[in-house]
Amino acid sequence: MIQIRSVQKRFGRLPVLRGIDLALAPGRVTAIVGPNAAGKSTLIRCILGLTQPDSGSITLADGRDVRLPAARAAIGYMPQMPSFPDNLTGHEVLVMLDALRPDVVPDNTLLERFQLAGQLDKPVRTLSGGTRQKLSAVIAFRYRPSLLVLDEPTAGLDPLAASVFKSAVMAARDAGTTILLTTHVVAELAVLADDVAFLLDGTIRFAGSVAALLREADATTLDEALATLMQSPLEAIPAAALGAQADIHVVKEARA
Amino acid sequence: MTAASMTVPGTAALARIIAVHQSRDVLRKRWVIAYAIVLAVTGDLLLRLAGSGPSALVSLLNVVLLLVPLIALILGSASLYSAREFTELLLAQPIPRRALFIGLYLGLTLPLMGATLAGIALPFLLERALDPATTPMLALLLAVSILLVGVFTALAFLITVAVRDRARGLGVAILAWLALGILYDGVVLAVATVFRDWPIERGMLAAMALNPIDLARTILLLRLDVAALMGYTGAVFRSAFGTTAGLLIALSALAAWILVPWWLAARSFDRRDF
Repeated sequence: MIQIRSVQKRFGRLPVLRGIDLALAPGRVTAIVGPNAAGKSTLIRCILGLTQPDSGSITLADGRDVRLPAARAAIGYMPQMPSFPDNLTGHEVLVMLDALRPDVVPDNTLLERFQLAGQLDKPVRTLSGGTRQKLSAVIAFRYRPSLLVLDEPTAGLDPLAASVFKSAVMAARDAGTTILLTTHVVAELAVLADDVAFLLDGTIRFAGSVAALLREADATTLDEALATLMQSPLEAIPAAALGAQADIHVVKEARA
Repeated sequence: MTAASMTVPGTAALARIIAVHQSRDVLRKRWVIAYAIVLAVTGDLLLRLAGSGPSALVSLLNVVLLLVPLIALILGSASLYSAREFTELLLAQPIPRRALFIGLYLGLTLPLMGATLAGIALPFLLERALDPATTPMLALLLAVSILLVGVFTALAFLITVAVRDRARGLGVAILAWLALGILYDGVVLAVATVFRDWPIERGMLAAMALNPIDLARTILLLRLDVAALMGYTGAVFRSAFGTTAGLLIALSALAAWILVPWWLAARSFDRRDF
């Protein structure tokens, strides 16, 4: 279980995260959704150890704080805009990242499924955006992480590659990996997400299963449910444990 | 072994991994290759025109003092800003920030030092100009040049860590180069002119030490034996820096110009939010 406890972050005078409490269960895909400037990116950056929370803590399944460098060995990260040193080949990038984890035998499954081997000897600057995105996905899955953080992962992937990618996500989920996903593609959410955490103004306004969200919003589709969430002034959930009770009712009506 | 239970190499080993791969990337950059070629062609032309090694070195000195800081500071900063997304990916790996910072610094600085050494030394080697009068001066020029690369890449790191916005950061880098490479001398000259009747030589010494380019120039000019052209100020400079001890002090001051910005940048890198 990934535990996020009372995480607060402000940039200057601007509060961005106002006390996030969330527990992410293993073997589930949790989508973090919300409007622009809701705090999604900052929360993800806190989970990755890129941004230091002002208070609160984020611990991985083994209890280690994500700020510890060694703890990040358990995290696979696929950024929204993958970027690699222009003059290195894909193979050299993989060799460098492999060397940071000398004890881990890299998993080449996704590399093979993307049929990427033929592209790895070319300098990264010559690769297409989609190929770079595939390389980024390969890196995220390569070290068998227990937490996968996927930021808009299918942007730039062709339909075949996106399909391969989604099946890899589902296989990782079935193997017990905790998966955190952000995407603006609602169809992708519908396919991949088990749980949804909805952020607004730096607080979690809903956390629960997709089924609970549909029921609570009285909606038949995710688009409709998310639109309802964005329009309704909901009360913050003090501590949400996703996956603990898959169909938990967590949306609370705002005070009148 | 699962990712969670793995052991992580030590800081030095991790920094070495980053530095080796970063160096490989930097050495393949066109501007690094072009920089080495420009230095080499300039050195070759000066050797042919000046006729002797020492004369060519005096002329080359002025090129080096402008070009080395320019390349290290401005193209170094641009390179670091371009690598920001990959740096973030590396920060999400099991690597301490300090190890990453050391690796990135060495990975940028060592190839630039190599390009500088090659660009300056190659014409002298190819033209067989390494006579007893030239060799020690060339060695000193090379030493001072690689120290300048270290200084200005440290300043490039400090700027890129402190200024998040790329356009603004590059503006700061250009201003810093203009200030240290061009404007500073003008200000010092203006002060020296206004206070020419005052005993300001000691103050001028301090002023030189506050600018790494002037410090480098002073070290080199005194050793190239053209201090006589600098009159009484030259005599004061020679008494301060002309001895071996003075030279070591001056080189140490230049080394401090690497360490202070480096330490400030490293501390900021350890603490900053990405």
